[in-house]
Amino acid sequence: MLITILRRILYALPIALAVSLFCFALVHIAPGDPINAILPPDAPADVVDAVRKTYGLDKPLPVQFGIWLWKVLQGDLGKSLATGRDIWPDLSGALQNTLTLALAAAMIGFPIGIVLGSLAGAFRGTWIDRACVGTAVAGVSVPHYWLGMVMVVIFSVTLNWLPSMGASQDGSGGWSLDWEHLQHLVLPAITLSVIPMGIVTRTLRGIIGEILGQDFITTLRGKGLRRPGVVVHVIKNAAPQALSVMGLQLGYLMGGSILVETVFAWPGTGLLLNNAIFQRDIPVLQSTILVLAMFFVALNLAVDMAQSLIDPRMRRA
Amino acid sequence: MRDVPFARRDLISGAAALAAFAAMPKSANAQGEHVLRYGMAMADVPLTTGQPNRGAGAYQFTGFTLYDPLVGWEMNVDDRPGKLVPALATSWEVDPSDKKNWIFKLRPGVKFHDGSLLDAEAVLWNFEKVLNPQAKHFDAAQSAQVKPRLPSVASWKKLDDMTVQVTTKAVDALFPYQLLWFLVSSPAQYEKLGGSWEKFGFEPSGTGPFKMGVLVPRTRVELVRNPDYWDKTRIAKLDRLILVCAPEDLGRTNALLSGGLDLIETPTPDAVPQLTSRGMKVVGNVTPHVWNYHLSMQPGSPWLDKRLRMAANLAVDRDAIVQLMGGLAKPAFGQVDPASPWFGKPNFKLRYDMDAARKLVSDAGFSKSNPVKTKFIVATSGAGQMLSMPINEYIQQSYADIGIQIELMPVELEVLYTAWRKGAADPSMAGISANNIAYVTSDPFYAIIRFYASNQIAPAGVNWSGYKNEEVDKLAAAITSTFDVEAQDKMLARIHEIVVDDAVQVWVVHDTNPHVLSPKVKNYVQAQHWFQDLTTLG
Repeated sequence: MLITILRRILYALPIALAVSLFCFALVHIAPGDPINAILPPDAPADVVDAVRKTYGLDKPLPVQFGIWLWKVLQGDLGKSLATGRDIWPDLSGALQNTLTLALAAAMIGFPIGIVLGSLAGAFRGTWIDRACVGTAVAGVSVPHYWLGMVMVVIFSVTLNWLPSMGASQDGSGGWSLDWEHLQHLVLPAITLSVIPMGIVTRTLRGIIGEILGQDFITTLRGKGLRRPGVVVHVIKNAAPQALSVMGLQLGYLMGGSILVETVFAWPGTGLLLNNAIFQRDIPVLQSTILVLAMFFVALNLAVDMAQSLIDPRMRRA
Repeated sequence: MRDVPFARRDLISGAAALAAFAAMPKSANAQGEHVLRYGMAMADVPLTTGQPNRGAGAYQFTGFTLYDPLVGWEMNVDDRPGKLVPALATSWEVDPSDKKNWIFKLRPGVKFHDGSLLDAEAVLWNFEKVLNPQAKHFDAAQSAQVKPRLPSVASWKKLDDMTVQVTTKAVDALFPYQLLWFLVSSPAQYEKLGGSWEKFGFEPSGTGPFKMGVLVPRTRVELVRNPDYWDKTRIAKLDRLILVCAPEDLGRTNALLSGGLDLIETPTPDAVPQLTSRGMKVVGNVTPHVWNYHLSMQPGSPWLDKRLRMAANLAVDRDAIVQLMGGLAKPAFGQVDPASPWFGKPNFKLRYDMDAARKLVSDAGFSKSNPVKTKFIVATSGAGQMLSMPINEYIQQSYADIGIQIELMPVELEVLYTAWRKGAADPSMAGISANNIAYVTSDPFYAIIRFYASNQIAPAGVNWSGYKNEEVDKLAAAITSTFDVEAQDKMLARIHEIVVDDAVQVWVVHDTNPHVLSPKVKNYVQAQHWFQDLTTLG
């Protein structure tokens, strides 16, 4: 197991390098100029040149990338071009907020998805199946930024029940389990949960339908095992695949909440990325993507480990 | 009766509980403090170290609240344009023996928030901070913001403890306007914090009417009244002002409607009826800004033909665009508003006259069936660009009716800025004949000279078109060596008359810098500027 973990960590290094390089290249291929993150737009040419030199933006791109990479290897993510602040404090705060949001969305979306998927799989072909699948399709089809806006109009603007933006009333940047913070989490978390809910539903429906059709289920039933006992076997067999899908979905939630965070002004990595993209704040962009990519790799590793623990067949593999 | 898990009374009591939560006090003024929450159209809190980033509009937030300039702007009037007023300098005058030397007398007894005194050394330290890269305390981030605003400064020196001399590179009568952007931070606080601008950003010290409470990057900054502020007419009416980052127009508007904010800038235009129906007050004023097209004067550009330039101005229904903007704009009849002393009396009256426009296009040899074809680079959206694409598409349709076929090339605002600095002559602008940057027109240089003087042709400045007119050049040079403000105004007005009569640009609308105030906001004076005085909020 230890060797597996070490091997996976080693695999992560080229992934990190490739992600960083790809991101760096993409940002520079796109039109625009990182100098816009620093200077007023109407800065005269001599000032632009001087500032470009001060920030090392006059150096060849491979050199800029090399300098950035060398600093990262020493644990220094650098400073934001737009604010001059160290990137890590802002990024770590944003990560915490995004993780909070992603976990909340997972806690809503995964259980609902599991229930709907299990029902659909168990009652395949019935109206229950159609209702569950319909809900899942709606979940993955409705653009979540649109859903977010509709929820804001209903629950914030019209009913005035829940706040429409931010992560807390005091804006402290931290998070704690009280109503002051929870009320800010409700709408973005529900909005973000609909896609994983839909995907988990559809996945589980397929897995459970398939397992229920297998010979060992017939054997179990033939042996006289009652329904709860059969369900336990079905769950045990479905768990590894379901876990894998949910792990991936959690990763997507971490990296894919840009629109929802923007709609709700949720100060997470999505909003950080969004602003960095529009400002061409390349160090922030690269660092955020690198950290999210590493998180995704780590999450996959954790899922694989969990699968191995649950499913002895995987350990043997 | 069926056994259901939830009875109706459970649902009602649940809803009541939720409503009770919602009714909990949302504002932070539960203890009798007078607090307002202001939604800024910004993704991050502007720099708090002295020189704010994020444009002219950011100065009202972390500029003139925490700090003061040497020369201030009159911001507490709304019925006329403001003017230069004494701030940390009680007076300024040009040295008659060498008009490149400006003498500033500093205000005695002014203290920074940390208790240290303002003196000539502190002012020199601040010039070093942003203009001398060799200085130990040089801050590249602040320098990047203000160096472009101080193009004339050559050197600085102390004449006595309370007098500073600044020497300009050439005679520049407009120099005091540049100092509006130069804000003074505390050297003592910087030293106390171990010479770290990053720490200073979290514990800033200026001389302004507010001190900083809490800064949460990307989220909010809390400003606390400075009861010892030197200008007793600008003591803040609020105990605390919370500036909240709310970059999305719709999100900001919704937060105001749901009680999460007390006032906002720039609402979504289509929400105005809903806002007013909820008792909100929409406030705007003449604002130095213009939404326009700069037309290329490069070889091959169709706009070298003045008839087409005039036609393009006549084919814009400005009132309809104001309507599209929900009333949050003013028709533009030139680079500046007619209320400006620099407007003058242009002969070419900008109006909506499609027949006249068609005739001019026809005289130029084109028609609807044989249109002139060209490309405009425009912003998809962004600060100051208002409803960029709808307005552009509306004008595109209108132009098609008179025989001008425009292909819009939408780009991100940041990309458009880069194009703006490069100028129409740059090879990357091949085929593009107009640029749609909307911008600030706050002082003689920013409103007039930088766009029409030939020494400002891009990339040296932002005369994007490459416009050149000898009379304009002579007037621009004369303005910078004329120290009489009235005479300056007359010359600026003459330049404005020339460029409007020459239809150098297509002028469409001016922003009104709209704000929406909830009934909780009792007082707010909106100056005719991007610079606003938040001490007037009550």
